[in-house]
Amino acid sequence: MNIIFSLLAIVILIFMAMGGAAIAGLKPVFFLVMPCGAFAVFVACFVYRILSWGRVPVPFSIPTTCGQGKSLPWIKCDNLESPPCTATVIGRMALEVLLFRSLFRNTRLYLYDNRPVYSSAKWLWFFALLFHWSMLVIIVRHMRFFIGPVTPLINSIAAIDGFFDIAIPTFFLSDAVIVMALTFLFMRRVVVPQLRYISLFTDYFTVGLILGVATTGILMRNFFPVDIEEVKTMALGWVTFVPYIPKGMSALFHIHLLLVSVLLAWFPFSKLMHMGGVFLSPTRNMANNSRMKRHINPWNAPVKVHTYEEYEDEYRDKMKAAGLPLDKE
Amino acid sequence: MSIKIPKPEEMIRISYKPPQTPWMGTPVDFRPGTWSYSGAAKNLIYLDLPNPRAWQPYEEDWKLPENWKEIIIEGMRERLDKYRSFRLFLDLCVRCGACADKCHFYIGGGDPKNMPVLRAELLRSVYRRYFTESGKRFGRLAGARDLTVDVLKEWFYYFYQCTECRRCSVYCPYGIDQAEITIMGRELLNLVGCTINWVIEPVANSYRTGNHLGIQPGGVKDMLEFLADDIEERTGVRVEVPINKKGADILFITPSGDYFADPGTYTCMGYMMLFHEIGLNYTFSTYASEGGNFGLFTSHEMVKRLNNKIYAEAKRLGVKWVLGGECGHMWRVIHEYMDTMNGPADFLEEPVSPITGTLFENARSTKMVHIAEFTADLIRNGKLKLDPVRNDHLCITFHDSCNPARGMGLFEEPRYIIKNSVRHFHEMPEDTIREKTLCCGGGAGLGNDENIEMRMRGGMPRAMAVKHVKEKHGVNRIACMCAIDRSTLTSLMEYWVPGVTVTGVHELLANALVMKGEKERTTDLRGESFKEKTDDEAL
Repeated sequence: MNIIFSLLAIVILIFMAMGGAAIAGLKPVFFLVMPCGAFAVFVACFVYRILSWGRVPVPFSIPTTCGQGKSLPWIKCDNLESPPCTATVIGRMALEVLLFRSLFRNTRLYLYDNRPVYSSAKWLWFFALLFHWSMLVIIVRHMRFFIGPVTPLINSIAAIDGFFDIAIPTFFLSDAVIVMALTFLFMRRVVVPQLRYISLFTDYFTVGLILGVATTGILMRNFFPVDIEEVKTMALGWVTFVPYIPKGMSALFHIHLLLVSVLLAWFPFSKLMHMGGVFLSPTRNMANNSRMKRHINPWNAPVKVHTYEEYEDEYRDKMKAAGLPLDKE
Repeated sequence: MSIKIPKPEEMIRISYKPPQTPWMGTPVDFRPGTWSYSGAAKNLIYLDLPNPRAWQPYEEDWKLPENWKEIIIEGMRERLDKYRSFRLFLDLCVRCGACADKCHFYIGGGDPKNMPVLRAELLRSVYRRYFTESGKRFGRLAGARDLTVDVLKEWFYYFYQCTECRRCSVYCPYGIDQAEITIMGRELLNLVGCTINWVIEPVANSYRTGNHLGIQPGGVKDMLEFLADDIEERTGVRVEVPINKKGADILFITPSGDYFADPGTYTCMGYMMLFHEIGLNYTFSTYASEGGNFGLFTSHEMVKRLNNKIYAEAKRLGVKWVLGGECGHMWRVIHEYMDTMNGPADFLEEPVSPITGTLFENARSTKMVHIAEFTADLIRNGKLKLDPVRNDHLCITFHDSCNPARGMGLFEEPRYIIKNSVRHFHEMPEDTIREKTLCCGGGAGLGNDENIEMRMRGGMPRAMAVKHVKEKHGVNRIACMCAIDRSTLTSLMEYWVPGVTVTGVHELLANALVMKGEKERTTDLRGESFKEKTDDEAL
């Protein structure tokens, strides 16, 4: 059900874009209002979401320790899995954010000979990493549209990305990789019964949306070229506040742009916010030093307690009979 | 009431296939053996908790307050503004499924709602419905659903089928911790008086008498004296039993299970022998006679109310610092909560071992040291004479308890003590130890008899790892550093791996400990004969 709805939603979006391409009067909406509006929503709401998490206090120090904590000097502390200070926390977070350390631990359960066996299962880690890194490369490559003279960094990334030099124009490695990785992530949801059972509309829709963006991008670059100069003039227009409505844009380009806009506007309200949230996760970004350094809870309030005096009052006779020392005879 | 549970060979036939009906439309079946009795009214009343009444989870009517829904929603709102972890973990999940087959209850039972991701969705779906725009507008399509009595029952069933072991959070790419969700879920349930007696009775007892079992001051003293008698019988050495002693250097706090329930008692004898041998000036306390803190399975507020006693007693007795015994969730509380909640402990000194002079830098602020750290330091500095041959009748494996493992990072110290105390030690498979350790199935207040089927299911992955080393290396005893483990692993082993018994680390140490003035020891602390020394081993 959720799969059908999400695919249907994407099909509707594609039709909307094709409709938009056919109506000349809608050009300013398509090439200016929609992308700029989506971007504004993305930035504003992304920041808002981060602040809405950030303003909530972290009352307790709750890192999940995945290695030996700092202890006696002759016991080796696992700095990256149980970081004792800020510098090592940064190391742990870097491993997590750049290399998906935790996902790398993944195993898969089998019952073999009436016993649970945990076999290594790195596929999710592998394809998740491929997807995220190729997404980053693609975004960096797209920066050429927003910067007058293209910086050497972007060019060199594009050069590496097109290293295999297959076909003309060069087919980018990241394009192939992202489609492959997204297909894997989508299929896994559909095929694995447990995953299908937990998946929501948003899970399929998000992958489908990004897959749509990637596919239309590849089609434009390698099969149905668009006028790059026109696109660049338009994109530069957005960032320099000199609006420009490009001419002769294909329906494909309309679809690409609409899907990207939806993705941007959808981002802050969806699970995609894990991009920002991962940095705030208290089980990962806190040092395992809570006995070394007192963590402060800003709302730490007094609670009702049972004092020693009350305890002794209740048990004085019994304590006396047992020969235990008393504060008050 | 005794509850029939399937035989092991039936129980191991587990299906991981999800049901035909979607999870939101699959109601809970409170079948016997899979849930715990409700909290008794007298305990709730003693603790000033809301809605005390007589009820049981299998009954249709839970006698909830009329405005229960508002109470829960308001409770959520309050917690969303107080705990970043709560808000973040509700928002962040992408349902990648990495956590799904990491939960011991899922592995042992196959119920999809025990996949941590789905157990959290039980609460997330309600959060979306009342606190997010998309949930308010699109309902089910956005993964949202109304809060109903059935949903509340589902929360109760599954949040009391989670032992807050944190294994899922090790594997989660965002560190989402089901323990946090469960803790919050149970806090919310407590707001309308839905808790289990196996949690709330120990809480009430601990609040009143100082310990979970409700033992009054004289009882604590009798029990410790009794253990001292046993020690004398086995070793010929009379150890002192200091209680509520002002002017002691160190306050020693351990779970009451250690001095009141086998096999914990042997571990407690181990502590007492060790302290006697090194001449430690320490004291037990009857007021703070509990290391464990079942407040952690109730609410943050309750954690603080119970934990308060430790610093209060340390201050009253005028000790220098506090030493803590072998316990699991007790150490989660001490390591990650105590100083924040009831500190600063500026009336105590930075902990220095009076025997070796070592400063325990890692406990500089909290001023409470784990006994494994303390003892490992003694051994390292050559302060103990150990004869590991005495433990040759034992073949040991070590179970990392969830909380010291994933809430502390205490891995090497116990192993160091064990390796110095025994000669036959074998680790269980890598995916089942250290940070990946599997729960005993009875933590977080679930170790009661009526919940026996879920305990055996939840403990199955741990038991099977023990079975593996039993068959491979002849392991006959499993060591652990947790009072709940010592109790629940015992029944778990009887069910799945007969022939394996349970021990604390300091029991092993005490078996090997050569004491000044001891008689010739022929048995271990349990009275079991040491292995006959062959010529080869006598060397």
